[in-house]
Amino acid sequence: MKVVIIEYNAGNIQSVQYALQRIGVNAILSNDHATIKSADKVIFPGVGEASSAMRSLQQNNLHLLIPTLQQPLLGICVGMQLLCSFSEENNTDCLGVFNLTVKKFNTQSNLKVPQVGWNSIYNLSSPLMHQVPENSYCYFVHSYYVPQNNFAIATTNYVEPYASAIHHNNFYGVQFHAEKSAAVGEQILKNFMAL
Amino acid sequence: METKQIQPVSGLTKRIIPCLDIKDGRTVKGIHFEQIRDAGDPVELGAFYAEQGADELVFLDITATVEKRKTLKELANRIAAHINIPFTVGGGVSSVEDASVLLHNGADKVSINTAAFKNPNLITQLANEFGSQFVVLAIDIKQESDGNWYVYLNGGRTATNTLCTTWAKQAYELGAGEILLTSMNHDGAKQGFALDITRTLSTQLPIPVIASGGGGTMQHFEAVFKDAQADAALAASIFHFKEIAIPDLKQYLHKHNISVRL
Repeated sequence: MKVVIIEYNAGNIQSVQYALQRIGVNAILSNDHATIKSADKVIFPGVGEASSAMRSLQQNNLHLLIPTLQQPLLGICVGMQLLCSFSEENNTDCLGVFNLTVKKFNTQSNLKVPQVGWNSIYNLSSPLMHQVPENSYCYFVHSYYVPQNNFAIATTNYVEPYASAIHHNNFYGVQFHAEKSAAVGEQILKNFMAL
Repeated sequence: METKQIQPVSGLTKRIIPCLDIKDGRTVKGIHFEQIRDAGDPVELGAFYAEQGADELVFLDITATVEKRKTLKELANRIAAHINIPFTVGGGVSSVEDASVLLHNGADKVSINTAAFKNPNLITQLANEFGSQFVVLAIDIKQESDGNWYVYLNGGRTATNTLCTTWAKQAYELGAGEILLTSMNHDGAKQGFALDITRTLSTQLPIPVIASGGGGTMQHFEAVFKDAQADAALAASIFHFKEIAIPDLKQYLHKHNISVRL
């Protein structure tokens, strides 16, 4: 199986490669369109700020490629957010795979923004969540979130209940860092590889 | 007009973080664990803690040799290959290049201390390059006879006349993602964490505060989460010397209505 991690300037994408190694998957990092198109599975990671991440994708025309991909694709953290149509983070137009808006957590609540740490996921559905128990804990680091919507396959409570994982056709997104979420994250990555 | 009261919900848990001191690639002050073959191996010990339910790990390198950078890089690489929870590497990180090497070898965060105090711009450079979530600012503090908490450098050997609150606030504004706060008055005494200053920072700053120094009993952890509102608590020897087992600590906190990952 050929697994490609989309390579662009978006922070710590090596972590994802290490996590896949731990479950026995050798993934390659690439920004080459032909390589990405020929993959069986594509992982679209991301850490950092939305508009600079979009600019980095645009430099290699990856913003045109990604929405056309046919194989299972997993967006992680900012990767999931970029799959949406718009982010309030520096008012950024994103890829539009999901017709959703990424919003900033309300900083007027008494909760810290960003959310950093382990939170639980519930209302789980889709094969991506196969054998993941309800209320499993995953590791999150983010200030922006995707509100509840019809594509949600997991929900998490922070400031309000929000969509912590989404799915539409061959596109999947998880807000948490599956690559750092202990056994639960490994199960989700294995599920993705089995799609 | 009627204003609607926001009732925020949160399932975010408090984090328990064992700290491993590393010298020449080996853990310092670890004792024998029946469950693992070599407690001197940071990767084996770290994996054991991860298995036990640690929420993150901190590896603090205290090697003073020129080989340091190479051993730290190799260490990060081995940890990343074996451990499935977030980990921070610290000890002598003083440039974007140092941090970049660690990131590319799998570290999720770096902790910086003296180098950031001497060159605060380093915080901004790291945050811009790798994101704030990558930057943990470690602050060693001591309460002097005037009642104020002051920043200390070089592993606590060098005093400054900068107040802890001043430096922490500046570091947040420069881009630090978390504060790792160690009270030298409390460190090693096992008489509890520095609750007042932890509460001050945790309630004044919008970023997480990791309390360190003084945790000796499970009640101390309860207090630092409940009274001082710390987001995470770090300890070393009580875990290494098996005075407190992480699963027991988490069960205790859970029973006392503190949200933890079980």
